Formats: sequence, structure tokens, C-alpha cells
Amino acid sequence: MTADLPSFAPALPEIVLALGAMALLMLGVFRSGKAYTQVSTLTVFLFILVGVLLVAYVGGERSVTFSGLFVTDSFAIFSKILVLVGSGVALMMSSRYMADHGIDRFEYPVLIALATLGMMIMISANNLLSLYVGLELQSLALYVLAAIHRNRNRATEAGLKYFVLGALSSGMLLYGISLIYGFTGTISFDLLADSVKTGEHAGIGVIVGMVFLIAGFAFKISAVPFHMWTPDVYEGAPTPVTAFFAAAPKVAALAMFVRAMFGAFGELVTEWQQVVIFISIASMIVGAVIAIVQTNIKRLMAYSSIGHVGYALVGLAAGTEAGVEALLVYIAIYMTMTLGSFAAILSMRRNGQMVEEIGDLAGLSQTNLPLAIGIAIFMFSLAGIPMLAGFFGKWVVFWAAVEAGLTPLAIVGLLASVISCFYYIRIVKVMFFDEPAGNFDADKGRAIPLVIGVSAVLHSPVSFLLISPLIAAAAWAAKSLIY
Amino acid sequence: MQSLLMQYLPILIFLGIAIGLSVVFVAAAWLIARQNPDSEKLSAYECGFEAFEDARHQFDVRFYLVAILFIIFDLEVAFLFPWAVTLGKIGVFGFWSMMAFLGVLTIGFIYEWKKGALEWE
Repeated sequence: MTADLPSFAPALPEIVLALGAMALLMLGVFRSGKAYTQVSTLTVFLFILVGVLLVAYVGGERSVTFSGLFVTDSFAIFSKILVLVGSGVALMMSSRYMADHGIDRFEYPVLIALATLGMMIMISANNLLSLYVGLELQSLALYVLAAIHRNRNRATEAGLKYFVLGALSSGMLLYGISLIYGFTGTISFDLLADSVKTGEHAGIGVIVGMVFLIAGFAFKISAVPFHMWTPDVYEGAPTPVTAFFAAAPKVAALAMFVRAMFGAFGELVTEWQQVVIFISIASMIVGAVIAIVQTNIKRLMAYSSIGHVGYALVGLAAGTEAGVEALLVYIAIYMTMTLGSFAAILSMRRNGQMVEEIGDLAGLSQTNLPLAIGIAIFMFSLAGIPMLAGFFGKWVVFWAAVEAGLTPLAIVGLLASVISCFYYIRIVKVMFFDEPAGNFDADKGRAIPLVIGVSAVLHSPVSFLLISPLIAAAAWAAKSLIY
Repeated sequence: MQSLLMQYLPILIFLGIAIGLSVVFVAAAWLIARQNPDSEKLSAYECGFEAFEDARHQFDVRFYLVAILFIIFDLEVAFLFPWAVTLGKIGVFGFWSMMAFLGVLTIGFIYEWKKGALEWE
């Protein structure tokens, strides 16, 4: 125990976010009544401030603080910026939906801010203890968010299911952590890496513990076979919350997964590679096949996100620096696609009611051509059609897998992506070639059309210009992880 | 690794005794005792009363709220005692860690007070 204060500088953005979230909670509770808009706007500004601090103040140098519990490096900066963008955009898209359904409580932006704080701690965790604390901070906020529409049975059901399965996954994670601690005597990533490297403690017990740890992670990123909760929670939760679930927490959990595997178990790559290859293939296939029979677009997006986690894990399965780089490129592209698609789903409103069936999109090209073109771009990009950003994402992960000698994995991924084309392109067919089902209501706010527009442009062939800076940033981030 | 596992030997012994004893108790009651069941003996029984309705029914959420608030502040005290005893050794960092914890708890306390969670009616 040292009496000195540790260095707070590397964790300054997190400290600012924590203090800001608490200040906003106080602001909201003392301004009883209509504080939602104000707290929500301030939360977005808080995210921007934290992002500026991350880039300008913390920077990409690796530095460790709080007795090795907390690490920040370029990998952390890259992932945290993605998380902040995901949370901020999801929050901006929420206002109208929340107001229409009478759930525009100021707790909503505060919970998103606290969940984001948990995600940033997960990304920066350099110890299984801080990893768990960050994960729980994120998860507890997410359970409440899933059930925030508490008068609606579906939402409370979603929240309860998420809570029960999340608690189960935390239990598995903790069991894995206790096994690892029992066999190596440490929970610090750096010491674990040393102890695994010397081969002294790389016994079967550590490997069993690591597999339990991976099972816990797979729950959080909703990878098969731990994906059961995803469709129900995505369908039952309010749509803006679903948009948030599909974006930022996925990025954070994948980043945490990557750091734990490379930071602590870098020498056991052949052991964890087998597990990751299995969950990757299973996720890709389940995501592609089961989505075909879905008629609700939120359930379809849930299976689509399961599939996309599978593709992202192809990059991790490669077990190389190029693989991590590909994974980061993939999740950045996936996040923008998802946010755009959910913005489009949020504008599916007819006679003042939200509609969620794929059939409701029929003939959209004749009633609202810009929205139809936007959705078509997202669907083609999610399917990975060449010229669109989604294609680059798939291309870099499969290329990383081939370079790492995993050609069969890349071939399975290609086949799954061909199968998944069916249901993405069916939506385009329904929009452009079916009889119109009627007009959607016009959007009142500016945020949702803006999100649809910006992400559609980012995914159109304009992405040719953006892909090389993105790859350069991902390479910069991946470099810090492998040393 | 052997010496490491030896440290867990007492747990194994404890588990062995616990499982062995519980098996003996159940088996002895089943083998030795005279079994003569009737419908009264087999019916559900609760503190001397007959079970007259389903256990699953709605109850006032305020009981739950009070219980949760109690746990939070009970834990706070459970943290404060060891902190107070070791304060001389853990120094400035230890002191400010507890202050940060108490600060977060105070924010939560103000929130629940303003929200009316502490009022029964």
C-alpha cells in the first residue's frame, strides 16, 4: 500500500465523465418536470468534451495508472472514440421516440452516460478486477435502459431477461476469473502474460478458466452459442435503446475481449484461437440462416448483429496484429451501418404509431424515395456488396484470416455472407418492387434524417476516400496492443 | 502446482464431511424411521398455519425499495469500519478513495430523497 496519490492524468476523461454524469443527475432531479431535453443535450456535449480530452490530453502513448488497474494506449483511444460516437448518436436519435411514448425521463441520458463510463473502463481495463467493475457498471445501466418503458410488458420482459442472462454470464466470467487466480495467483494482465510466458502456470486450470472467461465475453457480445437473449431483448426494448445496444456496447465488449486475449493470454494464442474460430463460425451461420425467417425488422437486426459479431471475430481468430486492425476497421464500419439502419427504423411511423414489420416497408420507393435509397444503401452495405463500406470491412477481416493461414474460416465467412445477402436484398426488393403500403409520417426532428443522411453518404461509394484513413487509424491502434 | 492445490485441501475435507453427513441424515431418516404417511402429514405446512393461497402474489413495491436502500447504507457502514481501523496505514490515497465513495453515495442519496423514495405515503 502506497500512501501517495496515483497519477490521475491517464484516467482524466473517465473522471470528467463520471463527475459530469453525477452533475447531470443532480441537475435533472432538482429541475423536476421537463428536464429531458436539457440533460440530453448536455450529455451529448459532455461526450464531445470527453472525446476532445481523449485526443488532445491523453493521447496514444501507453501509460498505466492506479497500481496497474487502468491502462490507456492508442487502442483504447480508438475504441473509446467509437463508443462515444455510438452513445452520442444513439442519444441524439432518441428524443422524439421518448417524448412520443411518454418515457422522456432525464434518467435516460444519465444512464447512457454511466453505461458509456463503464464501457470506457472496460476498454482500459488492465486487470480482471477493473474489467469486471467496468463491465458491471455498463451492464447494470443497460438492464435499466432495456426496461425503461416500464408500463409496457414487452419492455419489462426484455429487461428481466437481459438481467437474468447477464447475471448468468457475469457468474461464468467470475468463475473463470477465480480459476485463473487460483492457478496463477494473479489477476493483473501484465503478470498473467509473464506467468503464461514462462510456462510455469500454463496448466489445464488456466485454460479452463480462460474458456469460462471467453464464454462470459461471448454473452456480452451476443456470439453464438450465447446469443439467445439478443432477439428478445432487441425486440422488446424501446427502439432507440436497441440502437444503443447494437452500437456502443458491442464495440466496448469486443475491445475488452481483444485486450484480454492479447494482453493477458497472448502466449496461449493457439488455445484461445480454437474457441474463437468456433464461436465466429457459429455466429456467422446462425446470424445468416435464422434471420431469413424473421418478419420483425428489429429481430432481423438482432440476428444481423449476431452475424456481424461473427465476422468481426474472424479478425480476432487470426490472432495477429493485422487481424486486430481488421477487427477495429470492421466494428467501426458496423457501428455506422447499425446506427444508420436504426435511424431508418425510427422513422418508420404511420398514423402516429411505430411500425416494425418488414411488410410495412412495401413500396417505400414510391412514397419516400430518399429514405428508401438510404435503407437500400445500409442493406447493401450490411450484405457486403462491393463499392460500399461494408464490403471493405468484410474484405479486411477475411484477408487477415487468409494471411494467418485460416483460409477455411474465410471461406465459411464468405458463404455465410452470401446466405445473408438474401434477407438484406429482400428488404430492398420489398421497398422497390412491392405495392405501396401507405405513407410514413414526416419526421419532425432534424436528428434522425441527419443520421440517416450522414451514414448513407459514409457508406455510399464515397467510402473509398475514407477507408484509407480508417485503416491507418486502426493500424495505429492495433500496434499498441502487440508488443 | 501441487503445493498450490494443497492449500485448497481444507475445502475438500470440508466438502467431504458436509456431503457425507447430509447423505447420512437423509438416508438414516429414510431407512430407520417408521414410515406411515397420510394426507395431513404430506400436505404443505407453513409456521403452524395451513397454506391457504399461492405464495406468488403482488406485494407493495415500497417494502422492496426500503430493503434495497437499507442494503446500500448497511454496506456503507461495513466499508467504513475497516477503513477507519486502517486509516493510519493506507494514507492519503485511502482517505480520498473513501471520500470519493461517500460522495457518489451522497449523490445517490440526494436523488432518492428528491424522488420521494424515502416517503412512505
